[in-house]
Amino acid sequence: MTAAKTAEAGSLESSDCLVIITEADKYALDYSGANASLFRRRTEAAVARALSAYGNPVCAVVIKDQGALEPTLNARLETALERAGYGRLGS
Amino acid sequence: MSAYRSMLYIPGNSPSLLQHAPIFGSDSVLLDLEDAVALSEKDAARKLVRHMIATLDFGRILVTVRVNGADTPFFERDLEEIIPACPGAIRLPKCGTPDDVRAADAKISALEERHGIAAGSIKLHAMIESAAGVVNANAIAGASPRLSAITIGGQDLIADMGAKKSREGWEIFSARGQIVIAAKSRGLDVYDTVWTDVNDNEGLFEETKRIVAMGFTGKAAIHPMQVPVIHSAFTPEPREIDFAGRVIRAAEEARRDGRGVFSVDGKMVDGPIIAQAARVLELAALSKRGGVQ
Repeated sequence: MTAAKTAEAGSLESSDCLVIITEADKYALDYSGANASLFRRRTEAAVARALSAYGNPVCAVVIKDQGALEPTLNARLETALERAGYGRLGS
Repeated sequence: MSAYRSMLYIPGNSPSLLQHAPIFGSDSVLLDLEDAVALSEKDAARKLVRHMIATLDFGRILVTVRVNGADTPFFERDLEEIIPACPGAIRLPKCGTPDDVRAADAKISALEERHGIAAGSIKLHAMIESAAGVVNANAIAGASPRLSAITIGGQDLIADMGAKKSREGWEIFSARGQIVIAAKSRGLDVYDTVWTDVNDNEGLFEETKRIVAMGFTGKAAIHPMQVPVIHSAFTPEPREIDFAGRVIRAAEEARRDGRGVFSVDGKMVDGPIIAQAARVLELAALSKRGGVQ
């Protein structure tokens, strides 16, 4: 499955993160932010869980982290994936 | 008596405010998917609110989610997303008839069943913000056992009435009274509308004193700074607390002695006076508790 379009969710405000999902030939994660080195493993695991929940689509994921808690990261990932056309959880 | 004197609105798409919601000191938080969220961000807000409810420990704070109105394309999806997270209550805006309550109740019931949530555990608050809603307040209050509170939406109501907003709120005095009576006739909590001027805490205090005297059990806040002002207005005066304490003690003595009627400070005391004294002491106890954690 490939992305219907590029989609994003979230913002660059403090405590938020901007997630961008783009159609790609292979999976890639570009994770950046002031504390990216501290939260890389957490973020990689969250992305893996989110992609799995949507059927493991092949796409590129960009995350610009402004200090998002895990629930914020999870919510933004879900929103971006659904906006990209990868279906809807619980439907 | 309700322990929810203050209900703090938190915009549903603001992570920084949502993650601090449990520490602002309010008795209740209203996570808002309606007016505080742009049309283009409704999907993002409902997911963020769901994840925050599922993750954060709100302690004794009542978590209520204001969904979008049933007349919008967002309403059903809001419920589908939020109900599995088990908030304490759903606030239903633009509630004008008892059928509005029953329709929301039916959808919440179906979702509770689908997700294995105990039937009726998620409460419903009907937000009355139209003239028709005020006229139907009694019927709305009795529309569903899931309903635990009615709340008045002052801004929309004033617009619907074609009235002019005053600092004293005279234009909705009658509506407030009707909504309190409707709620109390069914044993429901009843919450007052917001005070919109965040720079006028004196006005907020005066208004809250007035609505407490009318029988409202709580008031909405739009800024954390308003929370202690509301709590202060709900706190009885020391002389009221002293008198109430003596009434309750005298009532206990009278009960032990088998006396039906007695006096305190030369005034006859009977059932209604005892009930009022008990409410004063409950409010005093709430003020000592401080912000719920």
